Amino acid sequence: MRMKLNYRIVIFALAIVFGVVFSAPSILQTEGGKKISLGLDLQGGLHMLLGVKTQEAVKSHIKSIASSVKHFSERNDILVDELAFDENGVSFLVLDTDEIPKFQKYLTEIVPGSILKVDGEKITLTLTQKEIEKTQQDAISQAIETIRNRLDQFGLAEPVVAKQGKEKILVQLAGIKTQEDEQRARELISRAAKLELMAVDEARDARVLNMSNADASAYGDVILESAKNSQRKYLVNEIPILDGSMLTDAQVGFDQNNRPVINFTLNAEGAEIFGDFTAKSVGKRLAVVLDGKVYSAPNISERIGGGHGQISGDYTVLEAKDLAIALRSGSLLAPIYLMEKRSVGPSLGADSIQASLVALIGGFVLVIVFMMVYYGLAGVIANIALVSNLFIILAIMSLFGATLTLPGMAGIVLTVGMAVDSNVIISERIRELIYEGKSMHKAIEDGYANAMRAILDANITTLIAAVVLYVYGTGAIKGFAITISIGILASMVTAILGTHGIYQMLEKRIQKSKNNRLWFGIKG
Amino acid sequence: MEFFKYSKTYNFMGKIKQSATLSLAFVLLSYVLLMTKGLNYGVDFAGGTVVQVKYTQEAPIDKMRELLKANPLFHNASITEFGSPDEVIIKLKTSSGEVGKDIGDETRIALKQSGDFEIRRVDIVGPKVGNELKEKGVMSLVLAILGILIYVAFRFEWRFAVASIVALVHDVSIALGAISLIGLDVNLDVLAALLTILGYSLNDTIIVFDRIREGVVKSKNVELSSIINESITRTLARTTLTSLTTFFVVFTLFMFGGEIIHPFAFTLLVGVVVGTYSSIFVASPILLGFGFDVKKYHAKLAEKTKREAEKQRMREQFESGTL
Repeated sequence: MRMKLNYRIVIFALAIVFGVVFSAPSILQTEGGKKISLGLDLQGGLHMLLGVKTQEAVKSHIKSIASSVKHFSERNDILVDELAFDENGVSFLVLDTDEIPKFQKYLTEIVPGSILKVDGEKITLTLTQKEIEKTQQDAISQAIETIRNRLDQFGLAEPVVAKQGKEKILVQLAGIKTQEDEQRARELISRAAKLELMAVDEARDARVLNMSNADASAYGDVILESAKNSQRKYLVNEIPILDGSMLTDAQVGFDQNNRPVINFTLNAEGAEIFGDFTAKSVGKRLAVVLDGKVYSAPNISERIGGGHGQISGDYTVLEAKDLAIALRSGSLLAPIYLMEKRSVGPSLGADSIQASLVALIGGFVLVIVFMMVYYGLAGVIANIALVSNLFIILAIMSLFGATLTLPGMAGIVLTVGMAVDSNVIISERIRELIYEGKSMHKAIEDGYANAMRAILDANITTLIAAVVLYVYGTGAIKGFAITISIGILASMVTAILGTHGIYQMLEKRIQKSKNNRLWFGIKG
Repeated sequence: MEFFKYSKTYNFMGKIKQSATLSLAFVLLSYVLLMTKGLNYGVDFAGGTVVQVKYTQEAPIDKMRELLKANPLFHNASITEFGSPDEVIIKLKTSSGEVGKDIGDETRIALKQSGDFEIRRVDIVGPKVGNELKEKGVMSLVLAILGILIYVAFRFEWRFAVASIVALVHDVSIALGAISLIGLDVNLDVLAALLTILGYSLNDTIIVFDRIREGVVKSKNVELSSIINESITRTLARTTLTSLTTFFVVFTLFMFGGEIIHPFAFTLLVGVVVGTYSSIFVASPILLGFGFDVKKYHAKLAEKTKREAEKQRMREQFESGTL
């Protein structure tokens, strides 16, 4: 018998072709083509939300202004006294008041966002609120930039580093094999890598072990401990000669004992400051300070030009390599801290995939068998819609490069259970009309018409819940909302339009067979 | 195959007393549980740390306790088996802000001598993020209910909307009671399951309501309870079937979906059962209790058709220029 084509069946066929073609790359894991990516909970990986202690960035900004003042005064032979800083700004005395305008000009140049107050000999510099906010925002963007640079050099595929909300940083790393590797990555990105070259206070250093922090700060000094031996202390000038912001390169090298060291190079400005200082300080010591610890404090025997230096410490080649990466990609202006972390090992991810696949296939087979037993061929038609629904979900997710998470898998499993709902409603309506003695044509058409309203209302309310879940859900939960939503929308095409098309095509044949048990699983 | 006779109408509304007692008892019990035992908020909402450890052989839990005790960080740690004897979950109420070396690393170091193991999962949620997630969670439940309420009121009538919301609250309350009873950790996935229950239970209710609406319009019968009985009976096959298929998949998810998906699957399992029950025995009786007057509704409908016919006539007159 000739079967009539109708527009519904054509659209349905197209939808199936679309589903099969675009889901193929994901199912077969082909080389090319757009694929669904697995979420970190399925493939294993690290997800972190980091915060930035922006207050610290403001502090170090002020500290560097103090450094600049000191350097400027030394360079121009202006006598400055009582140079001090706190969380609001910097203050100092200029002994020759005629020189004050020079300072004013210099300071407004280097820190435009500040208020300068001159009171006799005293100059007070305070940061404006706007400048403070800018410094904080800069610290966040700089942290993102720095973390990204470091991770790019770490050698993992496609690390994600992005700003989330106003002040959080999202870091996602896939493909980490062991927890040790993960820790290495975390240490790399969290390392401040703040290099400072500081002058040892030779006049008082001998007494350092008897000094308190307050004593030291009274002299404008700080007490720092040695990186190799925490008992060994150094008294150094609080305001550094220069810091890592003037660093242009850092590479792993080896010293004469073949131990790994890091050789760094300063930019022109840094080299000049470094040269000036060393020329002036022959016979004194220079402390190489990294993250608040003194790595070495060699004696200065002559002026050092060229801007090259070395950091030696007791580290392995791997540690030295990570440190060099951190130094090269710049220091973090402000320390970062952990707000949230989700870390899944690759074996757990693989277990989760397997478990949810078993559930998906098990649930799927149960539903399909049940529908066939209960509804006969009508059940088979519903099953065709169900299978194509699954393909379409995968195809749409592949096209958008969506991420499949464990809750997303659960969403697909659940969709299987709920997508047959439409067909159950329709089949029940058709059965009812057959009982009422309507013709096959009328039973099918009215069955669809009667069922339509309820199906639409039911689907839309589920969609409302799914959309809310998407907007307010986080991370993996969003995946659940996505698969549910796609599943519902796809079922409109497969379960409603598609099966209707199949019935219209087969209508004559059903009528002729007069076998309601075979077609709809009922007597008569 | 057929589960229910087409020709027979079951008298559901005659069972209101029994069903109301049952529902009230369950809801009351749930609230008593929620107030006494309370909910066990997991790391997502309360903040804290979860470390999942898998051993190559049976996990030496006593030895682990001993080793962890040495580090004050693990002072309040709870150590429990997770799914199988070789897998263990260590839970802490505290979280650490350190990025470089976190509690997961500390666990690895502390347990070094306890055997051959692998740290499979480390979840750390700081207090700030926990609070944010909690706020968002409550917000999402409220918004979902509100959105649904508005939609149903718009599509049906306010009484239908209120009745369906009461049924939803009934379902979520009992689900929460069950969660409290077995002491499930309430995390984001449980919240997702609760929202799914909302959608699912509402599906059921709407299918029944749609029939009632249809019955009210079509039927000559003005007795609301018999219209409701008839509507529920007509949709009974569908309700049972869809519940069954959904139950099948959720059950397989519960059985084979793995330990991590357990809380989610359990919540859904409860929700599917309660949601099915409530659409028949909670939502519809409430509709009945609201005193929805079929006669008045018929009159209103007639009035509406009359007005529209009038309007149509006016328009025609206007268009033909006779007005």
